[in-house]
Amino acid sequence: MALSPDIKTKQKTQLQIILAIVIGMAVVVFLAAIGVLNQYIQTVIMSIGINIIFASSLNIVNGYMGEFSCGHGGFMAVGAYVSSVLSLLLFTENKFIGHPLLPPQTALFLFPVVIIIGGFAAALAGLLVAIPSFKTRDDYLAIITIAANYIIMTAINNIPAVGASRGLMGMKGTVFAMSDLIPLPWMLIWIMVFVVVCVVAIKRLMGSVLGKGISAIRYDEISAEIMSVNTNQMKLLAFMFSSGLAGVAGGLFAHMLGFVNPSSFNIMKSTEGMVMVYLGGMGSLSGSVLSAVLFTFLLELLRPLQILKWVFIPLLLILLMQFRPEGLMGNRELPEVWAKLKLSFRGGKGNGISSGN
Amino acid sequence: MLTTFLQNVFNALQWGSFYSMIALGYCLVYGVLRLINFAHGDIFMTACYIAFFIATALLGAFSGGGVFVFALTLLLTMGATALVGITIERIAYRPLRMKGVNRLYVVITALMVGFILENGNLAFLGASARRFPDVIEKHIWQFGPVVLTNLKVLVILAAFAVFGLLQFIVQKTVLGMSMRAISYDKFAIPLMGIPVNRVITFTFALGSGLAAVAGILFGMSYPVLDPYMGMIIGWKAFIAAVVGGIGDIKGAFIGGFILGFIEIFITAVFPSSFKDLISFVILLIILVLKPTGFFGVARSTKI
Repeated sequence: MALSPDIKTKQKTQLQIILAIVIGMAVVVFLAAIGVLNQYIQTVIMSIGINIIFASSLNIVNGYMGEFSCGHGGFMAVGAYVSSVLSLLLFTENKFIGHPLLPPQTALFLFPVVIIIGGFAAALAGLLVAIPSFKTRDDYLAIITIAANYIIMTAINNIPAVGASRGLMGMKGTVFAMSDLIPLPWMLIWIMVFVVVCVVAIKRLMGSVLGKGISAIRYDEISAEIMSVNTNQMKLLAFMFSSGLAGVAGGLFAHMLGFVNPSSFNIMKSTEGMVMVYLGGMGSLSGSVLSAVLFTFLLELLRPLQILKWVFIPLLLILLMQFRPEGLMGNRELPEVWAKLKLSFRGGKGNGISSGN
Repeated sequence: MLTTFLQNVFNALQWGSFYSMIALGYCLVYGVLRLINFAHGDIFMTACYIAFFIATALLGAFSGGGVFVFALTLLLTMGATALVGITIERIAYRPLRMKGVNRLYVVITALMVGFILENGNLAFLGASARRFPDVIEKHIWQFGPVVLTNLKVLVILAAFAVFGLLQFIVQKTVLGMSMRAISYDKFAIPLMGIPVNRVITFTFALGSGLAAVAGILFGMSYPVLDPYMGMIIGWKAFIAAVVGGIGDIKGAFIGGFILGFIEIFITAVFPSSFKDLISFVILLIILVLKPTGFFGVARSTKI
């Protein structure tokens, strides 16, 4: 790790990582299928997955781009509703629409397509924030994102076709249709697949030239503009990409619960996302993933406290801000911290690694 | 037609007064610290509850209520809420400011403080909605076709009085001058011998005191209290402050009334479930057309 790795070892480690992920997923699915992991543990794992997607997508805007978006739950709502409506139309028998348009068995292949279409719809909704962001800056942009969240929520509340404030039910039918065909915990599988895809996509985007452009906006927008970064394009990309991924998370969330209503995507949801991002560290993807896992566990652990849970978690975060304001990871990724850990165990000196500050 | 219009104008003035008073508190803190104090809406809620307990106790002591009880409640609540504001600033914001961390962390802390106030209230006082007692007797005045209550007039007058007081403090006193100075230049001002922390404490006390005035009057006008009432009102008052141009007292004041008028007249014309939708869409349009609000000054950045 410490020495600059040549191509071969790099490929080897990548292969190892991919293998590890696939084997881990297979193990989890196998355990769930034979019934070692009960429904509750599966649900916790699924929530962790959804929160990972949600937090890391918000990290694009709040962490990498350094803007302050506090209405991310709205885009999740768009994705949830669009994919739910599609899946009700296409695969399930219900009293509103009657027969499904497609045989329910096709859900096996078309379910991810439905989720991705939800993501695209959410990305389009992201334009609501992206276009004003060309001219407005920090605090005003924060307001626009809150407004977007409220606009989406109240708009859904005023559409009787999707159940208005009563909510929308019946997405479980799609999941049942899949598990009738092949009895596996399909929701778990798809959520894990989407988590891997989303995290890899964010990693690749942020490693690319475009991603560097997005990061340049955080450091200094004017300088970035002068150095020929097309800031408008970057903002458009960042907002649309992040809201699209949030839409994917929303679609998975809707199918996991089998029930959505607009109030599950209010400011509270957006705040949860923000808590995860800042807990993990701004602009640190592995930090977001870690903090999503930790945060979801915390929520489950503190469930017996009921309402006091929401006193406890903010208190924890305030303490975190006081004593480690940069979050768990700070602006660093796992490999950097990992290398340092390895060195500290070996007791050697850092041979040429810059600590990522 | 004209009657309903006039009636709605007064309703909007009352509704806008609440927004204005809360927006002024936001604006004070923002102007001095460049910090969006997201807990402000919940400080307003806390003020409502404090006023509820104080008023109930006082009405038990002095039966009948009246102007004296109202004044006493107002003073005590303002003091208590100012203490709450100062405590929050001392515990949560000041250490962060002293470390000089990124502004966003302070904003997140503010959001979390708001959550603690809301849910702590819910946990310790229970979820049952409380009814605010009648502190002053209700008089109904008829001006031709328009019906006014003394409360409505009191609220509107209070908003203007608060605005005048703030303008006086900020423009004419030494404290106000130091507040403006801190907002102008954070780094040079401590070198001039201005006690920055003391001024900031005073700012928080003043902002929370304003929230207390709004809280009492709100409790008297719409007597049902619930722990989450501060959230929506807080967000919207903040939006009002932004529409006016944040960091500008006049702007925040007028922005509150703009939002009040928009909301009341939308409910008059459309079904009430459209209220939030249309007001937020209008806000978006305003911000796209004028990115720094109506009275906000675009800050030029030195390169």
